[in-house]
Amino acid sequence: MSDSLSKLEKRTAYTLVLPAVLLVFAIVLFPIFANVWISFKDIELKDIRIPEPRAKKIVKSISENQSELKIVYKLRNSSLIQEIRNVQFQDKFPTNVSPVNLDSRCNFQSKKVVCNFGNWEAKYRENFEITIQNNNGEIIDKKIIKSQKPILSGKADNPLLTTNFTLENFKKVFYENNFVELLLTTFYFTFFGTVGAIIFGILAAQLVNQNIQGRTYMRGILLFPYVGPVVALAYTWTLLLDPNSGTLNALLVNFNIIEQPINLLGQKYITMSILGFEFKLRLALTTVIFFEIWRYFPLAFLFILARLQAIPRSLYEAAEVDGASPIQKFIHITLPQITAIISILFMIRFIWNFNKFEDIFLLTGGASGTRTLPINVYQQGFAVSDIGMGSAVSIVIVMLLLSFMVIYFILIGKRANEV
Amino acid sequence: MKFKSLAIFLIISSFFLTCILSIGKIMATLQGLSFTNLNITPIFLIGILLSLTFVLIDNKINHLIKIFSLSFIFSILYFYLNEASPYWYIFGVFLITLFFTNKLKKYSMQSLQEDFISEKIIFDFITLFGIVFFAFVILFPFYIMLVTSFKTQIALLVNPLDFSLDFTKSLTELFKSYFVIFETYNFGRYILISSAVSIGTVIVTLLFAIPAAYAVARLNFFGKNFLSTSILIIYMFPAIVLVIPLYTVFSQLGLRNSIFGLLIVYTATTLPVAIYMLQGYFKSIPKEIEDAGIMDGQNWFGIILKIIIPLSLPAIASVALYVFMIAWNEFLFSLMFLDSPKSFTLSRAIQYLSGDAETPRQYLMAGSVIVTLPVLFIFIYFEKYLVSGLTAGSVKE
Repeated sequence: MSDSLSKLEKRTAYTLVLPAVLLVFAIVLFPIFANVWISFKDIELKDIRIPEPRAKKIVKSISENQSELKIVYKLRNSSLIQEIRNVQFQDKFPTNVSPVNLDSRCNFQSKKVVCNFGNWEAKYRENFEITIQNNNGEIIDKKIIKSQKPILSGKADNPLLTTNFTLENFKKVFYENNFVELLLTTFYFTFFGTVGAIIFGILAAQLVNQNIQGRTYMRGILLFPYVGPVVALAYTWTLLLDPNSGTLNALLVNFNIIEQPINLLGQKYITMSILGFEFKLRLALTTVIFFEIWRYFPLAFLFILARLQAIPRSLYEAAEVDGASPIQKFIHITLPQITAIISILFMIRFIWNFNKFEDIFLLTGGASGTRTLPINVYQQGFAVSDIGMGSAVSIVIVMLLLSFMVIYFILIGKRANEV
Repeated sequence: MKFKSLAIFLIISSFFLTCILSIGKIMATLQGLSFTNLNITPIFLIGILLSLTFVLIDNKINHLIKIFSLSFIFSILYFYLNEASPYWYIFGVFLITLFFTNKLKKYSMQSLQEDFISEKIIFDFITLFGIVFFAFVILFPFYIMLVTSFKTQIALLVNPLDFSLDFTKSLTELFKSYFVIFETYNFGRYILISSAVSIGTVIVTLLFAIPAAYAVARLNFFGKNFLSTSILIIYMFPAIVLVIPLYTVFSQLGLRNSIFGLLIVYTATTLPVAIYMLQGYFKSIPKEIEDAGIMDGQNWFGIILKIIIPLSLPAIASVALYVFMIAWNEFLFSLMFLDSPKSFTLSRAIQYLSGDAETPRQYLMAGSVIVTLPVLFIFIYFEKYLVSGLTAGSVKE
């Protein structure tokens, strides 16, 4: 009895879960594995369509006599690089209509013309003609002939499914792609973006957690950059930072803080001198990192605030009685309470920043030293249209992500053991 | 000790006053006033004077009279120190000073002798400064976005700092950019497409997620633990690595440039977080209620429809709003999959518009305002639901 009940429960559970699982499999997990496959293939964007035979049918009158018509089929291979094998052609005609002087590749049987065109190489083109006549000498309706579409079929390899593989893509990724520079830029962006967002998140949470007027409004406003559409925000920033007529540069020049406008998003390096030491700052990258911090510190803020609000007030009151200073209270009460959430946030933000594409793409398009791994996937796959190479970069991203996760879980696991 | 804390108090408070007055001045410059100097040093010095007189006067006169008279004197000094400024600006300075002196209320000669007072002063003013700073930094870009959409290209070229709105113009003149993007650039259509995709995604996601979340929360089956942990791990995997395979497969299936294709991808990418959020809530519903339903002879469909859904409407609402926002804001997939202007979403349309260097910036900003406003309205109106959604769906962008 209970056995059949648990069977029923299992069956119900599978029916409930299956649609969601299948969809996620098809759209999320399958592509990750498909990347592995594509990354070992020498394939470009223009190759991905499966070649197919095509025909355009044109009906022409030959003479005054409407009982005879000429039909021209403009035949072609849709692919510029692949052949189609064993092309079959078929077209139907009305009763009492039959072809005259039919091409030797074709047969006429039971109102159908069936042709066997053999193999078509890439770029193949032919104007194939059939003359038809009405057996009884009556007029043939052109419209009926036109409305009948020919059927073509042929065998072609799906360029994605062929089994010739190459290591060329990975060689190119590591040796011809400024790989070290790419990796460093990605790490700078990810690390400083993450740390900055968390620091600003702590500051903002600490502010809002105090008894100030209108703190619910403040919480709402602080989340604006996070909920706003990235396209709108990125273009607003581009406009603000524009060197020619951007508001920020205009303001700085107006108040004589700088003499010349600075191209914050288009200049790779800026030379700074602090205390006599000159060093080069990656300007565009820094600007992009600041945008990233601006957009994502609200998430850190929200989590840390939730944690702060859960700390019992009595802890602070007790510290007050003991005569603790505000800094001591922060270091000895607040900080220990939020370390757990900060380490989770760090992990999440690190991974998401590592994969960030839209922000950089919209601000700089990956120019002026802001080319990160995700930008590179796009550039290789769609700008250079070498999708094999783009997939290889994707695989590098997945591998790095997996290793981050492993490192993270080892560290967290250790900490759990200590406690 | 007393002098140390007094000095810290004077410097910090005056620094804060200088900061808010500078922000006020910047905002006034953006209204077309031609200031060219922030005058930081003189303002800082008279700020110190102001704070000093404030603590010296102490409680000898009524607080209200004190702050009004001090602010008035400060404003007059400010007026003489500064370049010619209109009266409305001086009135603004007066209000800012009033706000500032009111914040000084708790400080007096006695209070400056308390324990840790210097740290407390620093903390207080950093809090105040932080609030002004964060509010300014966050709202400023939104403000520029909004006002730019009301300006014309020529006006912005003549003076890129003048964002004042000319209300003498007719409304059609003022909203010209909006009319243009609707008439010339077809934004009405893009709004419809974006809404259809976002609402469609919400409905389909909920249809898939509610049953799955129920099963994960309540039923026992083989692979349940694996499923609930993999939900989160799947989430960590970035959209950018899905793009190339999906692009090739969608090309071969003819799903590119179709709303349906976009809908599938959005649903699949939001499903894990939706399931995660919902199952957490479903677990909190007492099991006894369902047992009563089972006694009544309900099958799982009846239980979900008649018991679970009505009881978890708040959670479902927050998931729905959250998914809507993700779908509405989504950019990467719409960039990859849509290249015919017939099927653009709003985000993609704005990006397409910006690709043409000739497009005047006010059109771009008008488009940005249109895509931003719905999200901000939804967010402000349903903030409570959304914040709980955001915290629960921690992993998602």
